[in-house]
Amino acid sequence: MSKSVGRSVPRVDAREKAAGRARYTDDLCGQEALVVKICHSTIAHGYVKSIDTAAAEAVPGVVKVLTCFDVPDRPFPTAGHPWSTDPSHQDVADRLLLNRHVRYYGDEVAAVIAQDEVAAAQGVRALKVEYEVLPFVLDVQKAMADGAPQLHEKYQNNILGHSDVRRGDYEAARQEPGLIKVEGWYDTPTVQHCHIENHGCFAYEEAGRMVVVSSTQIPHIVRRVVGQALGMPWGKVRIIKPYIGGGFGNKQDALYEPLCAWCSTQVGGRLVKLECSREETFVSNRVRHAIRTHIISYVRPDGTLVARKFESFSNQGAYASHGHGVNAKGMNAFPQLYPCPNVECDCWTVYTNRPAAGAMRGYGIPQAMFAGESHIDDICKAIGMPPLEFRRRNLMPVGYVDGFSKNELYHDTFNQCMDKGIAAIDYIKKFEAYRDQTGPVRRGVGLAVFWYNTAVWPISLESSSCRMVLNQDGSLQFQTGETEIGQGCDTAYSQMVADAVGIPLEDVHVVSTQDTDVTPFGTGAYASRQTYIGGFSIMQTAQALRERILNIAHEQTRMPVSNLDLVDGQIVRKSDGRVLKSLGDLATESLYSLEHSQHITAETTAQIKSNAYSFGCSFAEVEVDIPMCKVKLLRMVNVHDCGRLINPALAEAQVHGGMSMAIGYGLSEELKFDERTGKPLNNNLLDYKLSTFMDHPALEAAFVENPEPTSPYGTKALGEPPACSGAPAIRNAILNATGVAIDCCPITPHVLYRKFKEAGLIEE
Amino acid sequence: MYDMKALYQAKSVADAVALRLAHPDAQIIAGGSDVLVQMREGKRAGAELISIQTLDELRGVSMEEDGTLRIGSLTSFSHITRDPLIQKYINVLGEAVDQVGGPQIRNIGTIGGNTCNGVTSADSASTLHAYDAIVELTGPEGVRRQPIGEFYIRAGKVDIRAGELQTAILIPKESYENCYGHYIKYAMRSAMDIATLGTSVNVRLSADKKTVERARVAFGVAGPVPLRAHHAEQLAAGQPVSLDLAERFARAVKEDINPRDSWRAAKDFRLHIAVESAKRAFIESVKLAGGDL
Repeated sequence: MSKSVGRSVPRVDAREKAAGRARYTDDLCGQEALVVKICHSTIAHGYVKSIDTAAAEAVPGVVKVLTCFDVPDRPFPTAGHPWSTDPSHQDVADRLLLNRHVRYYGDEVAAVIAQDEVAAAQGVRALKVEYEVLPFVLDVQKAMADGAPQLHEKYQNNILGHSDVRRGDYEAARQEPGLIKVEGWYDTPTVQHCHIENHGCFAYEEAGRMVVVSSTQIPHIVRRVVGQALGMPWGKVRIIKPYIGGGFGNKQDALYEPLCAWCSTQVGGRLVKLECSREETFVSNRVRHAIRTHIISYVRPDGTLVARKFESFSNQGAYASHGHGVNAKGMNAFPQLYPCPNVECDCWTVYTNRPAAGAMRGYGIPQAMFAGESHIDDICKAIGMPPLEFRRRNLMPVGYVDGFSKNELYHDTFNQCMDKGIAAIDYIKKFEAYRDQTGPVRRGVGLAVFWYNTAVWPISLESSSCRMVLNQDGSLQFQTGETEIGQGCDTAYSQMVADAVGIPLEDVHVVSTQDTDVTPFGTGAYASRQTYIGGFSIMQTAQALRERILNIAHEQTRMPVSNLDLVDGQIVRKSDGRVLKSLGDLATESLYSLEHSQHITAETTAQIKSNAYSFGCSFAEVEVDIPMCKVKLLRMVNVHDCGRLINPALAEAQVHGGMSMAIGYGLSEELKFDERTGKPLNNNLLDYKLSTFMDHPALEAAFVENPEPTSPYGTKALGEPPACSGAPAIRNAILNATGVAIDCCPITPHVLYRKFKEAGLIEE
Repeated sequence: MYDMKALYQAKSVADAVALRLAHPDAQIIAGGSDVLVQMREGKRAGAELISIQTLDELRGVSMEEDGTLRIGSLTSFSHITRDPLIQKYINVLGEAVDQVGGPQIRNIGTIGGNTCNGVTSADSASTLHAYDAIVELTGPEGVRRQPIGEFYIRAGKVDIRAGELQTAILIPKESYENCYGHYIKYAMRSAMDIATLGTSVNVRLSADKKTVERARVAFGVAGPVPLRAHHAEQLAAGQPVSLDLAERFARAVKEDINPRDSWRAAKDFRLHIAVESAKRAFIESVKLAGGDL
């Protein structure tokens, strides 16, 4: 195999995107579309008593005003999970299209449909909403307390989910004499995905069916959710997903597709569009769960972990979305990454009056790694052991198997990755040199590792379907339900198809758009599953197509199938290597044959009952200006083992993007709320400090390529992993530089000011 | 799509003045980097606009006969930064406005708009205050000149009267001659940000470079409007150049500034940064002036 796989071929969509020809949702919407604007609540918790729509309806251009009193009482779930036919595993259905019971500042209470954007906005401003105001709660632990404001009836103390892990006997083990106890609390912030294209969609009725074109990662899931929300048979819903400008998990949720579709039904099926502003995207889409983590480790002076306790409290916000799965994923990493015989873990996911948290690149692991990897360096500080030595000693050993997923660590990956990072940044020498600095400006290096589970098996369904259709010239189109969201899977898949079928890459045409009417079923882009999961159905479908082609070749050449091969677009006789005919000639003959005309296609569904661990680490070097309370990131290196690289240049780009996200997470990004009102304070790209190129050093990516044995292409997760370990590496570098152990991210100047003052590094 | 009631295009300064009188509620729009953002947010929805975009006579930097530097109000930040007169006589202003937003904003944003907005965080404002800039306003009665410290009335409010238009910013020779300055924008990221605190210092040293003849320091975001720290300036005047002087100068700024607690930054943090920034900007200014400390 392998003429395309493993090469840094240009993205298949590069020219279209660079030239501005690629068409995104808004480019496809007809000029005649009516515009929907949402009226968002201006209180954090309460009930809408009334909405006076008269003034809004009088605005010229306003066509219809819909309020929370008009919507069907049909709660629906929004999470982009595969549906479960087992009711006990189905996602929590706690949403209505518009809400009388508003649960966060920004909840949807009404929608104005107008002839243009200005009229719609004027209509929204003209609405008079009267509320019954209730107390609200923003803090995750306060929300769990008795007497806290209740968000959803069925969830006592706002607890949406709780799960635990017990191994050995923590209480007994921690009694061992001579143990050193290390305890820490670690807070991570609410952040938003900040994909470049805000979510938007448009909807219309056609022949009694609902068509929605949407900027989504999960068209087939959105079809189901729109069906559920509108009470429509799912086959009457058609979702089309064109090119999208990023998602990072925010669009792994049904966002406004159900509301947009419903608005269309309220104006006779006319074309309506709903586009989020950036301000709405921050607040009324999804955010990353802010998670507070408490870790206690009992350690022998030689660095042996004897007993560990882990508690994490995940701030769900107002609606369940992906819910408890995110925090549970983070918790489950804890006993695996540094195996310890006596472990007690608990995690809670709790409703609060904040924006709903959903999926975001890393799905609980960036939070867990910030807490866990910060804590490892705190242990090292307490027992006086270099962080690298502690990790070499305690990290998941080669041959480790997770009993639940059956994932296995096949290679000495952690050490291989760390060795590359150490060499790149000269870590060992610098760590020692930076230990005992004085003066206002100091440098430090830090290290953090991560673990990441590819895909969702065995928690959830994993399958992938693929269709290939051969053209007269020997080229083919292929489709999968797994979506291109900027990460480059169309390109990686094209490379896989070329090799698996035996044709040149230029003869592979990917159908980038998913249209649920014609695209084979697939659950979409999430869980860093694309190359791993898609690889199975591509390989299987390619084999089915080859079998058909070779059978037709047998008909046309009279050679036995066993003596035929398809190599680089040519039908070859294996015994002497002679080219008998081109695939194009075969296909043309086949289609136009007066005797036996055949259209050559293959379509299969692959069942994926395996999964793979993906690993890596980050190294950071910082310069800390103590009086100015500023951290300058001088260097950052990520090293990943994601198996075999399908496209090294795309893999590197993927890592750069994730590192950028990790830098923002570590140093600057946080969605803030007014404690008195629950109002979001900085839901725009000026006040929300997404890092810029000026805040980045040159990002360095390196790889260790241990082929993943369960994957037909030897590959595994790389989409989310690059975002997982950067923030704690920066935090640990600051510790190395200053001796100050920061207990939260982002590590902003505000945080450093307080911490440096506490540590006596700056004067009052 | 902007919610705009009307757009009047001024053909000359006189025409702009006439339009201002004819449409007293209309908002002047220059580069648009603030006004259009506010309209989009709904704050100025339905506004009438008077555009002065095409009045080229308000663009560019020149020197008047008496040595006053004249910066036309429509001069963009990028033009100011690259202007040879600015670079020669008041380079710190070019450096300060080069820290506004990103390159695209600096290409459309104007110094007139930056000052007429009346916001304390404007990157040009602290340096203009530190150089005792004069604001030139043209109205129905002709030209009025006003010191910039008096131009700012309160947060978001400047002294532009009925029918008036800001036409230039003037830097008197006495302000810049033999002066060297340094601006520190303290922000939460290295680009595309507004200042948490802006500190602009400039000094004039004696001929032997041993004594501070005059030091000036102004801050943005240390109060509702940009302000000078006169106690520190008086403390430094006539003193020998030294690191100790830098320390004392910096601590003295606390006598005059009054930053507030807000969600963007706490008061004690801003005060701490103001002192540290004043020290660093002072040291840098002295070095630029040829001083040794």
